[in-house]
Amino acid sequence: MKIAISVTAPEQNASFEPRFGRAAAFVLVDTHSGEQQALANPAAQFGGGAGIRAAEFLVRQGIDAAISGAFGPKACGVLRTSGVRLYRAESGKPDALVAGLLNGDLAEQEHGE
Amino acid sequence: MIIAVASGKGGTGKTTAATSLALSLAPEQRVLFLDCDVEAPNAHVLLHPTITQKKDATILQPVVDADRCGMCGMCAEVCQYNAIAVVGQRVLVFPELCHGCGSCALNCAWGAIRETPHSLGTLAYGHTSEGIRFASGTLHVGQSWAIPVISQLKESLPASADETVILDAPPGTSCPVAETIRDADFVLLVTEPTPFGLHDLKLAFELTSELELPTGVIINRDGIGDARVDDFCAQAGLPVLLRIPMDREIAAGIAQGIPLVTLKPAYRAQLKETVLALAEVSL
Repeated sequence: MKIAISVTAPEQNASFEPRFGRAAAFVLVDTHSGEQQALANPAAQFGGGAGIRAAEFLVRQGIDAAISGAFGPKACGVLRTSGVRLYRAESGKPDALVAGLLNGDLAEQEHGE
Repeated sequence: MIIAVASGKGGTGKTTAATSLALSLAPEQRVLFLDCDVEAPNAHVLLHPTITQKKDATILQPVVDADRCGMCGMCAEVCQYNAIAVVGQRVLVFPELCHGCGSCALNCAWGAIRETPHSLGTLAYGHTSEGIRFASGTLHVGQSWAIPVISQLKESLPASADETVILDAPPGTSCPVAETIRDADFVLLVTEPTPFGLHDLKLAFELTSELELPTGVIINRDGIGDARVDDFCAQAGLPVLLRIPMDREIAAGIAQGIPLVTLKPAYRAQLKETVLALAEVSL
């Protein structure tokens, strides 16, 4: 499973960023291979539609799940249409958040908020 | 001649001034009154028009034919407003972000995008008992695109050459105001002699200066506050064309939907003189 986590900087151990569309970067974790990458969010500075573009960017990366503070209705529409499952968190480093998701500790978001 | 009545600050008396201007001219001249404050149109409260026709103000937005779509993503790439996303085998359109520019349809190599009208608001047309042609636009609740409603309101009632057009603008200095006033021959900025009135008058004057529109000032509730609006107008070379005093009788009458010139007929002559002065300046 490939999981994206919204973070404050394009670094593998960056801090969690609760905003999704305007997060500075995303850490992508592949739970099978253990591979991690940090990617800058191309939509971070957009005036409008940042959630849509960030979601589209992550879908192209082939993610199966995303962890953020909350997903707005438009980002949620793009991600869920693409079969991506959405999980909410409050804080933590990417590794701990992925472990939390796998343990079933994170709440799943079904609709845009 | 097209006269726009604008303000910057809300609640200064734009509609009070605009409606009385229309009523002062109407007995002898042809007048077209457009209420362009589409988020809160209320000139009808003072003019009491009979509405004879209504139609939708619309924006063209994309509808994607999934059978023809090649999923190339070009529509999303060219969209400056991020209103389209192409993910997997789906094209998602977000109408609330779409400005209706048509770039997606123009750039679609598959002929899969059809532009379809979506209603943004209602345009209402009619006339008053004094013979003023009247039209107003009302943006639907939940819609944010005031500009197409304003532009369609202005387009759909072309004025004849001998008709004076009065545009009642929204408050503020953003796009809906610019759209209302940009083709006016003259802008009347209504203000009040308070720090709030002065602050927003300066902003509104920046806008009319940027648009290179001849501008004059009406000071409403004259006698309250201080002299700084007058000082600013003198420094900026802005003519003060009319003063309406702070008057309990006027306030009470307008609160009951009675126009200024009905309450105080002496303003008819003053308003007509104002228009004559504008005609000299702007034509």
